[in-house]
Amino acid sequence: MKVVVDLSMCDLHGLCVEAAPEVFQIGDDGALHVLIETPPDGLRAKVDKAVRECPTGAISIEE
Amino acid sequence: MLQRIVIVGASLAGLRAAETLRDRGFDGELTLIGDEPHRPYDRPPLSKQVLQGNWEPDQTFFRKKDGYDALALDMRLGVRAVSLDLRAGRVALADGTFADYDRLIIATGARVRTLSAIAPRTGLFTLRSLDEAIVLRRALMDAPRVAIVGAGFIGLEVAASCRARGLPVTVIESLPVPLSPIVGPTIGDMVAAMHRDHGVDLRTGVVVTDVLGESRVAGVALSDGSRIDADVVVVGIGVTPNTEWLEPSGLTIDNGIVCNGSGEAAPGVYAAGDVARVANRWLGDSRRIEHWTNAVEQAVHAAENVLAGPEASTSFSSVPYFWSDQYDRKIQFIGAARPHDEMVIIDGSLADRTLTALYRRDERVVACLAVNQPRALIKYRKLLAAGASWDAALSGTSASYPA
Repeated sequence: MKVVVDLSMCDLHGLCVEAAPEVFQIGDDGALHVLIETPPDGLRAKVDKAVRECPTGAISIEE
Repeated sequence: MLQRIVIVGASLAGLRAAETLRDRGFDGELTLIGDEPHRPYDRPPLSKQVLQGNWEPDQTFFRKKDGYDALALDMRLGVRAVSLDLRAGRVALADGTFADYDRLIIATGARVRTLSAIAPRTGLFTLRSLDEAIVLRRALMDAPRVAIVGAGFIGLEVAASCRARGLPVTVIESLPVPLSPIVGPTIGDMVAAMHRDHGVDLRTGVVVTDVLGESRVAGVALSDGSRIDADVVVVGIGVTPNTEWLEPSGLTIDNGIVCNGSGEAAPGVYAAGDVARVANRWLGDSRRIEHWTNAVEQAVHAAENVLAGPEASTSFSSVPYFWSDQYDRKIQFIGAARPHDEMVIIDGSLADRTLTALYRRDERVVACLAVNQPRALIKYRKLLAAGASWDAALSGTSASYPA
């Protein structure tokens, strides 16, 4: 799986950081960063949660 | 063996429950029932992007039409559920058909309250559904004078959107300070001042006694004897959970469907979102919550517990979170404050309307509010979830008490 974030839609709610801190981080620059673009399958449930909980629908998964 | 799962309610909670069931490998029959004709759409943009004209209505749909193929749903839209037979495991629909289930998830949401004893007429609006947003947007194109009844988040967002269109706006609020039961009087005053600075005529401490005009709206009469001339009146005075269809079912209904910590209202029957009162370990009670993220979290939780079964179910624990976009400000709030909780601004200022504030009850931090400071909220989300003490939350900050 590949994590794709549309930064133009990101509103910095931070719910993805809570759902999957291994994958998402808000940097010192105040922008969202994807730490692992192709996370291992073990993180699938957490990334799914981040996708579902994003209020702006900015995160998607490409298989 | 679980073969048939029925979800009643095709908005955010219903859709997220369906997605989660499929994500977790449920491959049986999955039925999604919704009373609106539209496939699931997102409500927060209605009062902002859609009303302001920046989005077309179809941009609010969660998935494109063909985006539902992968979910393999029996999606029944435009048909209302009318009753529930717990013994038979059957939901009856308004078109005379039924949906039989092994497990049921109820996510029928809430509907707007209207002014009592005020007959519908041209120019009188509420805003909850996509169709309502479309007709209200059309009305706003005729350069009307707008009166908004209720300065809750929806009323204030509509006010900001109308001002963005350059329309004259009056907002009528019964409380002396808008939003004060939720964010406290200091922040409520700040929000009120922000709207006045943007040209809103905000009347507080008064109620609407009548809507004027016969076949079409001419204005509203207020309890202080004054009268506001208006061509469009938008009523935003809160919502009522959609539970009437369940009254005879035997489920416990008390301002929402009363559920245990597993999200269960009865064996095999779950509820989520605006209609539900799920026991929340973090809150220590089972209040009804109308926030976007609550609908998602409870839906995912209910779906997971449906598949796990009662033995392996987890109990719900979540710190409530909501946000509101008004003008160029994003207000974010996490936790749960009461009107008399102490509030301390730890960064920024009321004057700048850019700030982070913490709310205190006894020795605990119970909530955090941020205005245009999203990073702070992420930090305090973690502390709140962990049940941090006030001292721990405040350490490393330069707290300033409001004057």
